[in-house]
Amino acid sequence: MTTADLNVALPFIIVAAWACILLVIDLFIPADRKGLTALLAVAGMGFASIPVLLRFEESNRAFNGMIVQDGFSSFLQLLLLGVGVISVALAYDYLQRRKIVKGEYYTLLLFSVSGMVLMAQAGDLIIVFLALELLSVPLYVLSGFAAKSNPESEEAAMKYFLLGAFASGFIVYGIALVYGATGTTEIEAIHNVLISGVSNLGLLTVGAVLILVGLGFKVAVVPFHMWTPDVYDGAPSSVTALMSVGAKAGGFAALLRLFLAGFPEIAANLAPILVGVAALTLIWGNIAAIAQQNIKRMMAYSSISHAGYIFMMLPAIVDSDIAPDAISAALFYLFVYAVSNLGAWGVILALERADGGGLSIDDYAGLGERNPGLALAMALFMLSLIGVPPTAGFIGKFFLFRVVLDANMIGLALVGVITSLISAYYYLRVVVVMYMRSGDPQVRSERWLNATLWLTALGTFLLGIFPGPLLNLASRTGLFGLVP
Amino acid sequence: MSTQLILFFILAVIAILSAIGMLVSKNSVYSAMFLVLNFVTIAVLFLLLNAPFIAMVQVTIYAGAIMVLFLFVIMLLGTDMAAEGISMPWQPPIAILLSGALILEFAFILFFAQQDVLPQIEAISAAFGSPQSIGKLLFNFYLLPFEVTSVLLLVAMVGAIILAQRETG
Amino acid sequence: MDPALLVEWLVKSGVIIFLILTGFAYLTLFERRVLARIQVRIGPNRAGPLGLLQPLADGIKLLFKEEVIPDKADKVIFILAPVLTVIPAFVLLAVIPLGPEISILGRSYSLSLAGDVNVGVLYLLAVASISVYGIVLAGWSSNNKYALLGGLRSAAQMISYELVLGLAFIGPILLANSMSLKDIIQAQSRVWFIVLQPIGFLLFLVASIAEVNRAPFDMPEAEQELTAGYHVEYSGMKFALFFMAEYGKMIVVSFITASLFLGGYLGPFVDKLPLLGPIYLLVKVTLILFFMIWVRATWPRIRYDRLMALGWKVLLPIGLLNIIITAILVILVGGY
Repeated sequence: MTTADLNVALPFIIVAAWACILLVIDLFIPADRKGLTALLAVAGMGFASIPVLLRFEESNRAFNGMIVQDGFSSFLQLLLLGVGVISVALAYDYLQRRKIVKGEYYTLLLFSVSGMVLMAQAGDLIIVFLALELLSVPLYVLSGFAAKSNPESEEAAMKYFLLGAFASGFIVYGIALVYGATGTTEIEAIHNVLISGVSNLGLLTVGAVLILVGLGFKVAVVPFHMWTPDVYDGAPSSVTALMSVGAKAGGFAALLRLFLAGFPEIAANLAPILVGVAALTLIWGNIAAIAQQNIKRMMAYSSISHAGYIFMMLPAIVDSDIAPDAISAALFYLFVYAVSNLGAWGVILALERADGGGLSIDDYAGLGERNPGLALAMALFMLSLIGVPPTAGFIGKFFLFRVVLDANMIGLALVGVITSLISAYYYLRVVVVMYMRSGDPQVRSERWLNATLWLTALGTFLLGIFPGPLLNLASRTGLFGLVP
Repeated sequence: MSTQLILFFILAVIAILSAIGMLVSKNSVYSAMFLVLNFVTIAVLFLLLNAPFIAMVQVTIYAGAIMVLFLFVIMLLGTDMAAEGISMPWQPPIAILLSGALILEFAFILFFAQQDVLPQIEAISAAFGSPQSIGKLLFNFYLLPFEVTSVLLLVAMVGAIILAQRETG
Repeated sequence: MDPALLVEWLVKSGVIIFLILTGFAYLTLFERRVLARIQVRIGPNRAGPLGLLQPLADGIKLLFKEEVIPDKADKVIFILAPVLTVIPAFVLLAVIPLGPEISILGRSYSLSLAGDVNVGVLYLLAVASISVYGIVLAGWSSNNKYALLGGLRSAAQMISYELVLGLAFIGPILLANSMSLKDIIQAQSRVWFIVLQPIGFLLFLVASIAEVNRAPFDMPEAEQELTAGYHVEYSGMKFALFFMAEYGKMIVVSFITASLFLGGYLGPFVDKLPLLGPIYLLVKVTLILFFMIWVRATWPRIRYDRLMALGWKVLLPIGLLNIIITAILVILVGGY
């Protein structure tokens, strides 16, 4: 271990160590001043972003290839740290309203973010597994954070935990098979063994499929999505916001890196399966969302469908000419999705009442009249999630579809476009209810929540008009050693 | 036959019988005890493979810690409750069929196709399973995973305490 | 396999079994006499000179008692449990060197059953960790609420204190730079580890007393609350087996303490006269046993929740701190 190793791991080390320290500091913070813990958690993530920013362009490998640093990891780390900060801001008021204020909420959140940050850098299957567990275990607990007063939260935690453990089993078994086939767990080395032709292809393929299944559970693609609506619905909304963005980004970080840097040849063989999964996810996620009356369940299916859009990039990265575009399109979309989705969850949090009511879509009636600002923001987020210009979502989807077309997957592109049209129905229904029907929604207004809403709304709007800088950033983010 | 081989076969028979015993026992305490026996047998097999560290850890952690907690849960819940599972009439034949296929495949690879299927690895040194070599590997090459694991365990512990904590005021 | 080796093993195993069996028998007498002295009584002195035949009389009495197996008990496990409790006490002694290597008739013998095991300390922990089963199963199979509670209590207690025990092991391991008990004892040739590891020694002493369920940690047997804990339903020889296990474990734990912290078989002139080694070791073991009895005579039993709190909130952090300090010192001094 050298200082260089530590430097590469610095973002993870800062977040994880700060979480450990905060665990102790929190004991000395009185129960009515837990805002301080929240502030400290945000500060920790802020510190962690400094080394990422300072070394954004560098690429390194450290700890014997256990972790790598490249543009891909830096971009994702910045995104994930931002998501972490926003989730703290979203949670602060919500926890007080639901009377589940505990300092450990923020520590666990920090631990989860540390897992995500590590996942972005994972260069070895062992780290992939550990990071996945590190980001999931706190989420299991956070899902059950309201279990004392709300049995649904307990159910969500239990379901998430059981299925998550199940998925982890798949991943471990897949890793074992990959190791058996190649004799190494380092992603780059796996690729070297694969090209040199000494590996056992059959075993490697089975291993890759098992890892795909396991990660598929985590990012919630069809047919591994069954847990998503119940868990997203039962978990406290502030946790769901983090889960729907952070866990997904972490899972996709592993999927993209693994299939591009580890075994693109295997991915090429699996292309029909990958395309099928993407198409199924898009169709089922968008159609099932139509039937939902509860906004949290609707957003759950929405998140499934968005996983499908990003998943379209997996069969596309097979072609090494398109791979750089595919990666940057996926990264850009993850960013856009994070901003719009967190914003939408912010609105949901603002309308959710202390007794757990206010979650039906009908509860949004009259919002346009009572609180035009909030309604406008929600409309913006919904439009962005559909992908209507001039919002950020449009740019994101545009690049995704262009990559898919470049890869000659016209059928898949068609499915994507048609399902986007279908999705307009349920997203716009929220807008219609807000503006066309009269009602009396109870809206919570709070400093941090409002700030978050402003920030995300502005982001959604601005990224739609000036996507240039971010796109530029995302397109410079090559994967280590493979893409310039 | 060498002593090693005789020992292996005795252990193998015990391991298989205890695994079967675990499956067919109606009483879950018996199942748990068969599993403990199985774990200990596996530990002795590790010893036979010249991996004393793994053997001891296997006994301490699996047989000594995890199964004791299992037994705790079984005893506190009562065995009558746990014994009645949901009956699935289609499950046993499929399980037998699949495990039969697995054994056949296993035997085929082991006896006929070992060279084709698995990559050749170099011979391992005699000190491979010793605590020293494991310690060196763990604290040098696998330092980062080791540390991440410790964080992970801490998180799991904190999480379990939070979920189980009684409300105080 | 070398037949001479087989004979050697058989002889050594016989010695260990003999050691524990007679040790157990006379430890009961020793305990009763010492307790009596402390409580200003006389103690058993009728059977034979100084009461030396008392253990024999006790044994015969227990042998002729009727064995009762409760009707609703789980018979197989009920019979198995005492056996499972006794075995760990016997097998633990296998890795402990009773003396330095001696040579008789041109052949050198190491005075431990297993010779030099490089994971000796881990072996002790592993066996200690599965010794819980006998007690838990005894409590469960009796189908008696007091027995079950006693069994669960003692299992919880043993698991908790096992951690402290494991942490206390690490001090000597760090100092000796080895997990082999032989190396650990050899490393104490200059100074005993009790001097270098006073905190570790205290932790080990407390944890080991808890581990063998002795007063003041004899929770499972708290007769006021649980009648007699996990062995309420046992009678006759099976009851005697539990008794034997308790005293056997006391002896073994004393052997381990002596080896880890008190220099084991080391003492003056051992290198010239190797047979002095076992004698030194026995003297040390007897002293530790006396200490345990002394504690029993003078300390009241502590409450169950206090016991768990002591284990988790006091001893465990101290143990961790001890390891950190020891490790830092070992690095700073450059190895002991």
